[in-house]
Amino acid sequence: MERIKITAEAEKIIQQLKAKHGELIFHQSGGCCDGSAPMLFEKGEMYLDESDILLGAVAGVNFYMNQDQFEYWKHTHLTVDVTQGRGASFSLEIPLGLRFLIHSRLLTEEELAFLAKKD
Amino acid sequence: MSYSKPKFKEKYDNFINGKFVAPLEGAYFDNTSPIDNTLIAKYPRSQKEDVELAVNAANAAKEAWGNTSATHRATLLNKVADIIEANLEEFALVETCDNGKPIRETLNADIPLCVDHWRYFAACIRAEEGSATELDEHTLSMNIKEPLGVVGQIIPWNFPLLMLSWKLPPALATGNCVILKPAEQTPSTATLLMEKIAAVFPPGVINVIHGFGPEAGKPLASSSKIDKVAFTGETTTGQLIMQYASKNLNPVTMELGGKSPNIFFNSVMDEDDAFLDKAVEGAVMFAFNAGEVCTCPSRILVQEDIYDKFMERVIARTKAIVQDNPYDVNTMLGAQASNDQYEKIQSYFKIGKEEGAKVLAGGAAAKLTGEFANGFYIEPTLLEGHNKMRVFQEEIFGPVACVTKFKDEAEALEIANDTLYGLGAGVWTRDAHQLYQIPRAIKAGRVWVNCYHTYPAHAPFGGYKKSGFGRENHLMMMNHYRQTKNMLISYDKNKQGFF
Repeated sequence: MERIKITAEAEKIIQQLKAKHGELIFHQSGGCCDGSAPMLFEKGEMYLDESDILLGAVAGVNFYMNQDQFEYWKHTHLTVDVTQGRGASFSLEIPLGLRFLIHSRLLTEEELAFLAKKD
Repeated sequence: MSYSKPKFKEKYDNFINGKFVAPLEGAYFDNTSPIDNTLIAKYPRSQKEDVELAVNAANAAKEAWGNTSATHRATLLNKVADIIEANLEEFALVETCDNGKPIRETLNADIPLCVDHWRYFAACIRAEEGSATELDEHTLSMNIKEPLGVVGQIIPWNFPLLMLSWKLPPALATGNCVILKPAEQTPSTATLLMEKIAAVFPPGVINVIHGFGPEAGKPLASSSKIDKVAFTGETTTGQLIMQYASKNLNPVTMELGGKSPNIFFNSVMDEDDAFLDKAVEGAVMFAFNAGEVCTCPSRILVQEDIYDKFMERVIARTKAIVQDNPYDVNTMLGAQASNDQYEKIQSYFKIGKEEGAKVLAGGAAAKLTGEFANGFYIEPTLLEGHNKMRVFQEEIFGPVACVTKFKDEAEALEIANDTLYGLGAGVWTRDAHQLYQIPRAIKAGRVWVNCYHTYPAHAPFGGYKKSGFGRENHLMMMNHYRQTKNMLISYDKNKQGFF
């Protein structure tokens, strides 16, 4: 049981981008125009420290979120998906005419208990 | 009265060194209208080599431009204002087509405000004086403001020409050259403006580059040949831009997200009068610009003893919002700016409902018919819940407000400040003490008191907390684009005596 998973379509795009850019990370952005989106960067592009929570890995890509934001997200399960679109960020999939997005659902009581034990 | 979709050319180019220039690789992207999901035109998909051209042009122009007189620069800024004003209807129509917002907003808010911001900074730079202090009878400390040189500006799609008009005038008034990157969703009005003002400024003073974030935005933000970056957008990109700036030890200004509380104290219902009517409209302001505003009053906090009566009016006013053809002057709510937004907002409806939020109004996509059937419309929506829900904490950027109640001042403040952001807030009351004390206790850069969503030039605007820093729309922004040169002058003929 993990906090985060990925759809097959999104995984395919990640493999394509890995071939071009090498190792990658996801960072979940906060609010405003293009916010609340998972952003994909080359590993090392973004300075990460202990204030960035590692939620797990999807398709071999670590997924981070700022701790402050995680406080409000920790009761939800996330799925990374991909769709046609044009998010205006620096995320690597944008030039492909695609964008990653997050589907959220509430974690069940059992899942929350399991994750609490794991943490 | 109704307008129709304006005419566009097949494709447009970057504006570099005073001319329209095709992207070096020759690639373009399709820009569509969210009103009906039809093509507007093709815009350049610029790469770092195109950005480099613009950065070089700006660097070549900066010395001469930086040495022009304030009088001259103010005259040119006023010319731009006159040109926008003379073509107000055309700019409004193109903006509505590109962004999806209703024509009544672009005609009466966006474009008139643009005109005023250009004039305001033209006036500021003329009225301003430097400072000099006599430190002792022989020593004068003189402060001269100098431009930074070349500035990169990256703006969002929610108020395309207005964000341009918040950013360009203070940078130009203070003698900087600029490379502006409009959002790829809304490149049209920036391009239209360059067509109309191409000859106003010397070549290289203003450059406009179109393209995608990783291909054009990043090379601009990380260029070692610029002296500052100003950004409006979201937090992760903001952090990256600050990182790039740190490599060059460059200053930055950031206007990031918000989740603004709009607080209604019980005294608003003491009378059934014009003020109560204004307060109800103030709550419904969440639907302004389809909620695509960093300061969208997206959390409505109502004192519990008036909650039912007050919300009854807010729900009725929300349901009375006219959502239809954005080109019709009677339409109050148009399309979301893109399919991205349209889908994102609906994903928040899903998570909000799962978390137990109750839908008081709307709560779904709006289906328009005929030529608008393929556009991206969302019903104005009120969700009732509590402040720990994700819909209360994340910027949905749609015509969606989350409603909750509070007992007293302390609880109102606790809820209002329980957010990562601090850009805007609203306070509504007839109580003279609350009028001052509540705004002071809210951690946000702009608190509207008994009003909301006004953005006049001359009132500083910017964020606390994760909403960024810098204060736009005000003369204090000019210092974000300048160095201070201190000349320390001795009028003493005698040596200091050390050597």
